[in-house]
Formats: sequence, C-alpha cells, structure tokens
Amino acid sequence: MSGLIYLIPIALFLGLLGLGAFLWAMRSGQFDDLDGAAERILFDDEDDDGHRT
Amino acid sequence: MTTAALPLPSGAPASIADAPAALDVVPFVRQEAGSGTNVLHLLVEGVHCGACIRRIERALQREGGLETARVNLTTRRLTIRWNGEPVRGNRLAQVVTDLGYGVVPFDPDRLKALDNKAESELLRCLAVAGFAAGNVMLLAVSVWAGHFYTMGEATRTFFHWFEALIALPAIAYAGRPFFRSAFKALRAGHTNMDVPISLAVLLAPGMSLVETIRSGEHAYFDSAITLLFFLLIGRYLDQRARGTARSAAERLLALNASAVTLVLPDGTTRSVRPEQLEAGQEVLVATGERVGVDGVVIEGASELDTSLITGETVPQRVGAGERVFAGTINLGAPLRLKVRAVGEGTLLAEIVRLMELAEQRRSRFVAIADRVAKAYAPAVHGLAAITFLGWTLTGAVGWQTALLYAIAVLIVTCPCALGLAVPAVQVLASGRLMRHGTLLKSATALERFARADTVVFDKTGTLTTGRLELERGGIAPDVLTAAAGMAKASHHPLARALAAAAPDAPAVSGVEEVPGMGLRLVRSEGEWRLGRRGWAADVPEDATVGAELWFARPGVGPVRLAFVDRVREDAAVVVHELKRRGYRVVLLSGDREPTVRAIADELGIAEWHAALKPQDKTARLEALAAEGRKVLMVGDGLNDAPALAAAYVSLSPATAVDISQTAADAVFQGQRLAPVLAVIDVAKRAERLVKQNFALSFGYNVFTVPLAMAGLVTPLVAAIAMSTSSIVVVLNSLRLNWTTRRATSVP
Repeated sequence: MSGLIYLIPIALFLGLLGLGAFLWAMRSGQFDDLDGAAERILFDDEDDDGHRT
Repeated sequence: MTTAALPLPSGAPASIADAPAALDVVPFVRQEAGSGTNVLHLLVEGVHCGACIRRIERALQREGGLETARVNLTTRRLTIRWNGEPVRGNRLAQVVTDLGYGVVPFDPDRLKALDNKAESELLRCLAVAGFAAGNVMLLAVSVWAGHFYTMGEATRTFFHWFEALIALPAIAYAGRPFFRSAFKALRAGHTNMDVPISLAVLLAPGMSLVETIRSGEHAYFDSAITLLFFLLIGRYLDQRARGTARSAAERLLALNASAVTLVLPDGTTRSVRPEQLEAGQEVLVATGERVGVDGVVIEGASELDTSLITGETVPQRVGAGERVFAGTINLGAPLRLKVRAVGEGTLLAEIVRLMELAEQRRSRFVAIADRVAKAYAPAVHGLAAITFLGWTLTGAVGWQTALLYAIAVLIVTCPCALGLAVPAVQVLASGRLMRHGTLLKSATALERFARADTVVFDKTGTLTTGRLELERGGIAPDVLTAAAGMAKASHHPLARALAAAAPDAPAVSGVEEVPGMGLRLVRSEGEWRLGRRGWAADVPEDATVGAELWFARPGVGPVRLAFVDRVREDAAVVVHELKRRGYRVVLLSGDREPTVRAIADELGIAEWHAALKPQDKTARLEALAAEGRKVLMVGDGLNDAPALAAAYVSLSPATAVDISQTAADAVFQGQRLAPVLAVIDVAKRAERLVKQNFALSFGYNVFTVPLAMAGLVTPLVAAIAMSTSSIVVVLNSLRLNWTTRRATSVP
C-alpha cells in the first residue's frame, strides 16, 4: 500500500504533463488552422524549385 | 477532402478574383510596435487545398527578405511580415494575384471584435475536465473495487481526498461556461438547462467533500467531473458547428476595403482607404478596378459588372450623372466619380446591415433541444426537491443523507442525452453531407431543413450555372472563328464567353477596344466591328433582348451572337421532384423579366418574380413567412445574402460569392442541383434520430429516477447508468450512417 504514496502523484504528474502540453499547443496557435495543418504535413521540406509535387 | 478546385473560380460572377491587378494595399500595411516590422493581412479568395498554400507561400518566399508569409486555410487569410519599406506590400500582393488568386486587404483591428474566444475557452475547459475525469476515475474504480474486496476506511478516505484534490479545482475551472450561463438565466428571472447542470456539479462535490471529511462511504466526485466532461464535449461540438458561420459580416466588410484613388482639388491623385473619404470629394476608378464608394459619375462612360449587387450577368452601362455603387467593377473606360456615400452609408454596408438584422431575427429560432430543456429543468428541480423533502420530513434519514439522495437525482437526470446526442447526430449528419460535397454550417440548420415547406430559388448561378455561353445555332463556322479571334483581345465578360466558344480560333492582331462600344479592327477592305447592336450593326437599341454581341464585316450582313446562362442540367428534375413531394417552389431574381420568365417556363415554376432588389427579396421572404411558410432559400449572389440570412433556412452553391456562402446554412459543390434534395433527406433522417434519442433518454430516466429517489443510486450505479445512457444515444446516432448507406434515394 505504501507504494501508492509515490504512484498516485506520479500518475497525476504525468497527466498534468499531458494537459500542460495540450494547453501550450493551443496557446501557441497550433489549433488555429486545422485544415491547413492537415495539408502542410504532405509538403516536402526541400525548397528547391525542381521539386514540385 | 481535396476537391479539384481551380484557383480561379471562373464560374463565379464577380468574385474577388476578377478584381483588378492594380491593387493598392499600402494604406493597410501596419507597423508592429517595437520592432517596426511591417504586417499585412490579406483575405485570399480561391484558396482550397494544400497546393494553393504551397504555391502562394513559395512564391512569396522567392521574393526574399520576408520574415513570415503564412496562409491560414481555415480562415483563408494570408499574413505577411517583412522589414523595410511598407511600399513593398503592393509588390507582394501582386505576386499573389499573379498566381490567379484574388486578394483583399483588411484591417485586423476592425475584425477583432468578431473573433470568438468561446471556442478556445471550451476547448481548454474540455482538456482540463478530461484530464481530471481520467484521474478521478482511476481512484474511483479502486474505491469501487474496494467494496468487493476489503478496503480499509483509512485508505478509502485517503483516495476520496485525492479525488477531491483533483476534482474540485477542475470543476471550478471547467464548469465556468455552465455557471456563467446559469447565473445569467437566474438573474434574468428564468431557468435554462445549465441551472440543473450547475446545481448538480456544484452540490455533488460539495456534499461529497462533507462526506469525505466525515469519512463517509460514498463520494460523487467522479460523477460530477465525468458529467462535466461529457457535457463539454457536446457543447464544444455545438460551438464548432456554429463557428464556421460566424465570419459573415467580416468578409463583406473586407470587400469594401480596397483602396480608392482620391483626386485632390489641385488635380493630383492619392491612394487612400475608403473610410478616409468624405462626401463631395472626387475619386478615379480605373479600368478593371472595384468601385469603393457610392457616387455619381461626373466624367466618362463605361460598363459596370453589377452582379455583386443585382445578380445580373449582363454588364450595366453607365454615363455622366448616373449613380454607381460600391462593390461593382468597372469593366470599361476609367470613370471620375463624385462621392455620395462611404463606408457605413454605402449600399454594400446597407446589405450587411440587412443581413445582420435578418440573422438576429433568425437566431430567435429555438432548437428542439432547448425547447425540451425548457420543460426539463423545472421537472428535474422538482424531483430533487421532492426527494430531499420526502426523506427529511419522514425522518427516515438525516438531512445530509437526504441531500445526498437529492443530488443523486440531479446527477442521474442530468441531460447527457440532450447535451451529447443532439450534437452527435449533427456531427454525423454534417460528415455524411460533406462526403457528398455539401458543407453544413449552422448548428440548428438540420432541424430547419427538415421542416421547410417552401423552396425559393435565385436564378443566376443557382438554377443556372452563372456562366454566359454562346448560343451556337445558326452561326457559320467562319463567322465564329473571326469573331472569337477578335474577342480574344478583350476582357469583357461577353468577349471572353465568345472566345471560350472557339478556343482554337487564332487571335487577330490590331484589334482596338472602343470603351463602352466594342471592338474594332481596321482592314484594307473596311472596318470589322464586334460590339453593341447600335454601334456594330445599324439596328435600333432594345434593352429587353438579353446578352448579345453584333459582328459586322464589310460586305456581309451583321450577325447577332446571343449568349445564354445555361440552366443546371438536373434543375428541371429537382424542381419536379420538389413539387412532387409537395413543396411550393418559387423563383425570385434580380434579373430582367424576359430572362426570368424564360427560365421559369423551362423549369415549370409557376410562381416567379423578376427585377427584385435585395430588400425586395427579403420582403418577399417575410411575406411568405407571414403566411406561415417555412422557406428554404437557395441563392448565390451578394444580392441574395440578406435573403439567405432572412430565410427560415438557406443553401448556397460553392460557386457563390464568399459572403453568400457565409450567410447560408449550407454550401453545396458541383454542377448539379441534386444536393438540395440530399440535404433535405439527411435532415429528415437526422430529425428522426434526434427524436428517438430523446425518447431513449426519457426511457432511461423513467427507470433511474425512481431508483435515485429511493436512495439506491450509489456513485457506482450512477457511473454505470450515465455512461450506458450516453453510449446508447451515441450508438443510436451512428445509425444515421447505416440507414443512409442502405438507402439509394440520396444521389
């Protein structure tokens, strides 16, 4: 039972970490353009002109 | 869903893409405080997919020296930041227009008030509630398991304390949207659905805290936070559905925002924003430029594309002394105008006002969920009060336990089904429609689509494709080739339609454009003319004949080239089907009477009205509403925007001007009119499912409420009952897709 003293706070901390990451992502505008984000993932990174998709 | 959309919506009459190349955006470039970086915001028309983003951003990056250039596909806005000269903005805007996209600068300050923070607040609350619900459940499940094995009182209380530690701050944070709305309702002296919700999620943890302090057996932290989580999901879906419809006024105001050329008393010109003008000043409107003000022509004669205001496809001739309106496009020679009205005073602004007014009127529509909620809240309060009083007055248990029972009643009756099932059906139905190319925008639209009994069509761009096409019958091939070759020299809509009719015709060189008249080609044997009937051919003018050009060559009699706006191929079938189902079909158009009559006869529409101004259309719709009719309006032009907003429910083709798309409840894609029927079908099915869901959740309440009143609902029972009911209604909502897959009636 004494393990709970560590395990519960650890579980909570991990959950909070996820929540914090989500709130940060929201604040930094990552949810502002979901349609655009869905398309951008398909872009090639190289920006040389011969590389058209 | 990537539709193969062309960057240039060539079918759309008067889209921004037709706007002039010579766009002056410099008055809209802002300097950021501190860094002094230039920022320019542009609305980009015609952006539909990832390829568009890429083309625009790469073209801008190639210009070099930019800090950022980013397109937002959702809002179709482009933000460019650069250091250095603000005047570079023009070059950058030019780069985007050269790619074939229309751009309109806008002032973000004017749009700030319209930005809705509600959605992101709900998302934050949802995240917090989700986190807390998961973690509280983790502990609650251990406690329930402890009922069956042996869990000491100390461990249980310890777990309850942990639950309280997570749940109480989470509820205080995530419950705010509900508390605010409940508080507002109570202060206004009535009750809404949020009142019992707020009571339940406040009283339950409050009493549970007391129980925890007393080392009691039952705590309802998990019920309260899970309830909140479910309700927030529903609320968020609802808000998302509404969100897309929000930016109506925004886009239209942006249309009004192109810079205008002011003529100063000393004759010099200056580029200014329209709102900096005053009545009485003079402005120049170059060829191809959008008119930015309402005014009177003092000098020049030209043709205006007025389709944005009137819906007419044929350009309108204007001369000195005639009125012109903001939002029209100058197709011919440059004009000099005396300003009559700017900004708020223009006809365009008037249309915006009409639309806002109509939208407010429509927002009075009460969704079925809200009507149910109206009866629901008092019933729930009553039952909880009866439980509490019943147990305390009989003296069977102490008042704390009685209060706990009453809270259990509040929790089990809480409207998960109402809060979750209706948005779930809506999301599924709109997903279903989206796969068929129809975009549903308003949250309550489905209900209204299902109930409409009258269908009102606009003509141009709705029943017809909105594109002028040459009527080929009786035109000799050599005449067509020669005329089309000449037409290639002009950007006039009729000339372009003629050129499109014979794409192989070689372009003729030496063609000269006579503004307001037509095209002229001087040859050794004489002069060729292509243009207005009075000028090209010696035929008296007649305003009733519709779109035409005359082509005259020396020695050959003048030939008439007539243009028609073709009816969508399945329009007759759709109109017939609507009539067969008992809908009253009406045609309202801003176009001239002969054209409208011809279309109405062709499609078998008995009830039609021509030459209507935007206000007239709205008035007609109001008259229909006064007769008790529920009108489904299908329209596309800016002139339809107020009517679309005023109708009971509205639908717009994807080729419509943006503002109409925003005003409409749904937008359909493609060359066919059949989506009108599909939307009605899906809406009717969705309404049936919503009603079934209500029946299910009431059935569930009939079963659980007596249990709760009897004091038999422990937190475990509450959790099981609540999730079962939520799952059942969501599963039932999913049937929307099963049934439509089997049904073949939806094209």
